[in-house]
Amino acid sequence: MSFINYSSREINCKIVYYGPGLCGKTTNLQYVYAKTSSEAKGKMISLATETERTLFFDFLPLSLGEIRGFKTRFHLYTVPGQVFYDASRKLILKGVDGVVFVADSQIERMDANVESLENLQVNLAEQGLPLEKLPFVVQFNKRDLPNAASKEELHNLLNPRNVPEFEAVAPTGVGVFDTLKMTAKLVLTELRKDPR
Amino acid sequence: MNPQLVMYEEEYNQINAICERLTRDANAKVVFLVDKNGQLISAQGATADIDTTSLASLTAGNVAAMGGLAKLIGENEFPNQFHEGSRDSLHMTIVGSRVVLVVIVDTKTTPLGLLRLRVRKATDELNKIFEGLLKKTEQPGAGSPFAEITDDDIDNLFS
Repeated sequence: MSFINYSSREINCKIVYYGPGLCGKTTNLQYVYAKTSSEAKGKMISLATETERTLFFDFLPLSLGEIRGFKTRFHLYTVPGQVFYDASRKLILKGVDGVVFVADSQIERMDANVESLENLQVNLAEQGLPLEKLPFVVQFNKRDLPNAASKEELHNLLNPRNVPEFEAVAPTGVGVFDTLKMTAKLVLTELRKDPR
Repeated sequence: MNPQLVMYEEEYNQINAICERLTRDANAKVVFLVDKNGQLISAQGATADIDTTSLASLTAGNVAAMGGLAKLIGENEFPNQFHEGSRDSLHMTIVGSRVVLVVIVDTKTTPLGLLRLRVRKATDELNKIFEGLLKKTEQPGAGSPFAEITDDDIDNLFS
């Protein structure tokens, strides 16, 4: 739920990266952080376990520039992907303006992808927020791996609604900014509508 | 689901004034007001050395997690939280189920009882302002300032 401040002329929006464990959500944020100029980004926070698995969330604030005199700020969050952290995922989805679903392209992770996507829909529905009404982008990550499923297969399984989708290799940045830009565009486009 | 938070100049100034006064009355180092979704609304006091954006996001995460715990034990939420440090302590209060008032104090100079008293007064005042803001947002004509933006405006952000 974006926050519009007329006084400081700022608009703040929240984008959540969702997906199964080890699909590359944190890696997406790390790449964005590494490649963004220091003026445009804040500190990246990772609440992770000792083995660098996301425990609660990663957080990265970004400033994208001005639209009609309003500074646009995006708060990027990841959720913990591991199945048993569902209570935390629900909390992070609160107030979300746009969702990126990061899918793991490896054939053996298809069940995990489907389960995570269904979990996303259930958790949003609990907030009275159908996924269909949210700015939503799908990223097929790990395209460089030899055991990656075909793009068609991933599309049919994970993107039947045909929302914008991108192929990515998050550690090298392939598709990372394309995914983020498209999501930010969809969120801003949504703001044209009445905020209530 | 809570409606979108929209802040106008008048209320923004009132909120800043309340937080500024609380900083003085409670002899606080810093007073923050944070939206439950992690957006910073106001920051008063010695904020220069603090990463306010991170503080806002972590406050929201903390309050959300404690809210989840509260529900697990049959409570609606924990409206007040106090975290005691060796030097500074952190007091959080949920205002109108929607925002969180965070006060950082040295409890050697500000006893907890006094802090709670000052916080309660500020909370009552803030509550009224947020109720008014909500009504204002619901009024007809309170549309998005972005209603008129074009595809070019959005594309220009990324060029």
